[in-house]
Amino acid sequence: MKAKIHVTLKQGILDPQGKAIEHALDSLGFKNAANVRVGKYMEVDLTETDRTKAEAQVKQMCEKLLANTVIEEYRYDLQ
Amino acid sequence: MKSLVITQAILEQHKLSEDEYKKILEILGREPNWTELGMFSAMWSEHCSYKSSRIHLKKLPTTGPRVVQGPGENAGAVDIGDGLCAVFKMESHNHPSFIEPYQGAATGVGGILRDIFTMGARPIALLNSLRFGDLDNANTRHLLKGVVSGIAGYGNCMGVPTVGGEIVFNDIYALNPLVNVFCVGIARKDKIFLGKAAGVGNPVIYFGSKTGRDGIHGATMASDSFDEEAAQKRPTVQVGDPFTEKLLLEACLELMAGDCLVGIQDMGAAGLTSSACEMASREGTGVELELADVPRREPGMTPYEIMLSESQERMLMVAKAGREDEVINICRKWDLDVAVIGRVTDTGKVVLKENGQIVAEIPAKALADDGPRYDRPSSPPAYQEMLQSLNYDALPDVKDANAALLELLGSPTIASKRWVYEQYDHMVRTNTMVRPGSDAAVLRVKGTNKALALSVDCNGRYCLLNPYEGAKIAIAECARNLACSGAEPIGVTDCLNFGNPQRPEVMWQFVLAIEGLKDACEALSVPIVSGNVSLYNETNDLSIYPTPMIGMVGLIEEADHTATQWFKQAGDVIILLGRTKEDLGGTEYLKIVHHREQGSPPLLNLEEERAVQACTIRLIREGLVQSAHDCSDGGLAVALAECCVSGPDGQIGAVVQLPLDGLRRDALLFGESQSRILLSVEQDQADSVLNAARNAGVPASRIGVVGGSRLMIRVDGDQRVAGCTIDLEVPNVHERWASAIPRALGQD
Amino acid sequence: MNIGVVVFPGSNCDHDCEYIFKDVLGQSVKLIWHKDTLPAGLDAVVLPGGFSYGDYLRTGAIARFSPVMGAVKTFAREGGLVIGICNGFQILLEAGLLPGVMLRNTSLNFICKDVYVKVENAATRFTNRCESGQVLKIPIAHADGNYYTDPVTLGGIKANAQVIFRYCTAEGKVTPEANPNGSLDNIAGIMNADGNVLGMMPHPERSAETVLGNEDGRLIFLSILSAFGKSEQQSRLVSV
Repeated sequence: MKAKIHVTLKQGILDPQGKAIEHALDSLGFKNAANVRVGKYMEVDLTETDRTKAEAQVKQMCEKLLANTVIEEYRYDLQ
Repeated sequence: MKSLVITQAILEQHKLSEDEYKKILEILGREPNWTELGMFSAMWSEHCSYKSSRIHLKKLPTTGPRVVQGPGENAGAVDIGDGLCAVFKMESHNHPSFIEPYQGAATGVGGILRDIFTMGARPIALLNSLRFGDLDNANTRHLLKGVVSGIAGYGNCMGVPTVGGEIVFNDIYALNPLVNVFCVGIARKDKIFLGKAAGVGNPVIYFGSKTGRDGIHGATMASDSFDEEAAQKRPTVQVGDPFTEKLLLEACLELMAGDCLVGIQDMGAAGLTSSACEMASREGTGVELELADVPRREPGMTPYEIMLSESQERMLMVAKAGREDEVINICRKWDLDVAVIGRVTDTGKVVLKENGQIVAEIPAKALADDGPRYDRPSSPPAYQEMLQSLNYDALPDVKDANAALLELLGSPTIASKRWVYEQYDHMVRTNTMVRPGSDAAVLRVKGTNKALALSVDCNGRYCLLNPYEGAKIAIAECARNLACSGAEPIGVTDCLNFGNPQRPEVMWQFVLAIEGLKDACEALSVPIVSGNVSLYNETNDLSIYPTPMIGMVGLIEEADHTATQWFKQAGDVIILLGRTKEDLGGTEYLKIVHHREQGSPPLLNLEEERAVQACTIRLIREGLVQSAHDCSDGGLAVALAECCVSGPDGQIGAVVQLPLDGLRRDALLFGESQSRILLSVEQDQADSVLNAARNAGVPASRIGVVGGSRLMIRVDGDQRVAGCTIDLEVPNVHERWASAIPRALGQD
Repeated sequence: MNIGVVVFPGSNCDHDCEYIFKDVLGQSVKLIWHKDTLPAGLDAVVLPGGFSYGDYLRTGAIARFSPVMGAVKTFAREGGLVIGICNGFQILLEAGLLPGVMLRNTSLNFICKDVYVKVENAATRFTNRCESGQVLKIPIAHADGNYYTDPVTLGGIKANAQVIFRYCTAEGKVTPEANPNGSLDNIAGIMNADGNVLGMMPHPERSAETVLGNEDGRLIFLSILSAFGKSEQQSRLVSV
């Protein structure tokens, strides 16, 4: 099973990188671009075949390591 | 204004006592609304109001011929000649760093940098003092890595070198680490800017980042003890943006180069509330702000949130009326948000409006200066006598001094901190003459022949065992570090980290520590010009060791008259200045080898200290000194080992002979008697150095010679061991010292 | 000489480069804001170190779009001398003025320390005061200095003697242990095919004065001056 995990800053937390990119897009003429948020994307292969168990594992991985839950939130797809 | 029923629960949430609330009613003559209550809560927090410490802080010496700006402003300033000032301050970011180490440390660096450049100074150096638990604890390793990369991430990006610091590992800090950051800048003496809202009618201008919901109530959190539920307070974490801060720095300095600015202050703890009321209060004026004009990151923010947000990288300034466009253009050049958000008034009040409607109205002085003051009860802890008593007869003297020395050198507190400082850009701005890894960092001052030496220091264990002596030693040792680089101390900043002031034993520690700082500063003629108090450093009812961290600035008149701590060449003679006594209490040796943190710490004689330092500085100025190193943690044996292995260009051995003089061997080798400095001098200068020292009334003895590939320390009169007491291959000594921290972090 | 030092938002070695050329070497230096264009009459352009745009997205990725970069490209195309140090090197790579990319250091940490580099090609306008094979001690300070390019490009720049500096031991041995950041083939600095654009990760401006305890880096700046001693006599045309 493959987990596709997105980690992004929580809403309301300042994203300095997103802000700088948004500004650069604006300077390049992309005037319609707004609210740029930068995140991380990860893929993890799992040997677990039981979907519920796999989900629990991925959740733990996110809570423990992949996301800094003080400032970040995560979502994932299992395939 | 909407009125509000203030319940006990609401007061508790805002950390206001019933008496404090009564005082608010008195000041306003009515009930406060929600926004006003929040503003009082933040400004009257321990963090902003110094309510428990203020009456004691007044005892500290803050004046002197060089003092240009003492405590009470964003930072202190001392004259260094050539029309220039050193502007500096130290601040803590302990609680935020425990919650989120990277961002906590990063925003700590950001905050202290703003304090410096709001004064009109360009920051030239950062140092930090860190305290963590033991490295075998996984959470400590997580905290250390996070804090170090946070400091690196912010300081490196800002282009301000992190040139030094110190780190102590002790279990007592495991759940309450200390992150203290010290910043030094250089300003023209006639171009110091203050946080004053002067000139009725002048515009109040906001610039920097937009305001978000970050860190609301950070100031009250910083005054909060931790418990297992600290996690619930997490949404208050702020994220630092060093890139924006760099733009803010350059924009500020460009604004200050002109003459349109009247006053300026950064929005630190308690955000817009503190900057607005403090600027008005200092000048006796008022301000009227329109909150709808404050640049915001998120929609729907309430006045309460806008006033208490601790979003980073924001400034408030007062400009001359009619010069708004000039200011706005410079801010826009640097891509910063900027808005005129109000005017200076003569009402003495902070008046806040939202779309023209008044939403808060409070006398500025009431918020900034008339907060509660407490003379809290103090008494020594019941365990103090037990702590100080130590039966030395029950402790066996050292048997294997080689093993003990290696164990000390491999303890993370003493071991090389290269893993840490290599992550800090310590050379940017091309001023760093002496890099991290010597007693003090030394930076040349461009455009002059001068250099500044910088050091931070504090031994919390000494302060626990004897708060008065411990604090005295913190000042003395910091000055001694500067003396070892040839610098005369010219100013101090402090960061007083203590436990919960509502505990009488913590207040007892605090009051005695203040006395110690005072006496040492007076004896060494060095004023305290800025500082910070961090209380409530306790977790699960366990207080940290009292840790009055000291940052000191020293002046070297001729930049080439400086010294470093490591031995330079074979054949040089090793001279010890000062007297070795039986000082085992509170030593690193006792902790590491005997697992005891007990006894009386070494007692410091300020007259002797002064003489040793003056003598060292003079010898360095006369060009007679090849190396100078302070004897501190781990005593003489560790200091000698450090002289052998800490040089950037390789290692060198030494052959040393010490008289036992009736001491225990462990006291001679590892005792931490104060006021001692190890020098190495060229062979043909040895006699004149010894004579000069003796003439100055400083005990001085020739104890050995530099050279070879072994560190050999023979103790005369030692009946138990024939030959050398310590005999080690220098590469082994180096390996133990250099690899301890990377190994503990699992990076080998 | 007339030297322009470009100031990007987030540059932080701009003043250091200005100081070396102006205060130490007595040349005329202009700081050029990234939203401006290059003034006429420049002999050389420096892209200094720092964190342009906070290193956000990728190092140098946003700075390459700064308005001034168009003029820098024209200046380089017309033969003007361009040196990029650290972040300046990263910007030159992103802008395509030099081949390759920078990856994160293998340690994943920022590294600030003295390193040794071997001068692989001393017959350039940036190294003519060095001996071929000379070892220089120059500090690095970066988190992304792990140079990478495809094998064909690498073969090309090596064959063409465009690799100018390689990380080495104090004795001049190019070994994996001497490589501080995982850089391909220990590459620390490269030049373009025309020999007028240099990028290097080490900071020569931090090791160019006795007061800082090391003057090795000064050779780079003296080489640039020497190069102009010649070209001035050849009445070199400066692009406008």
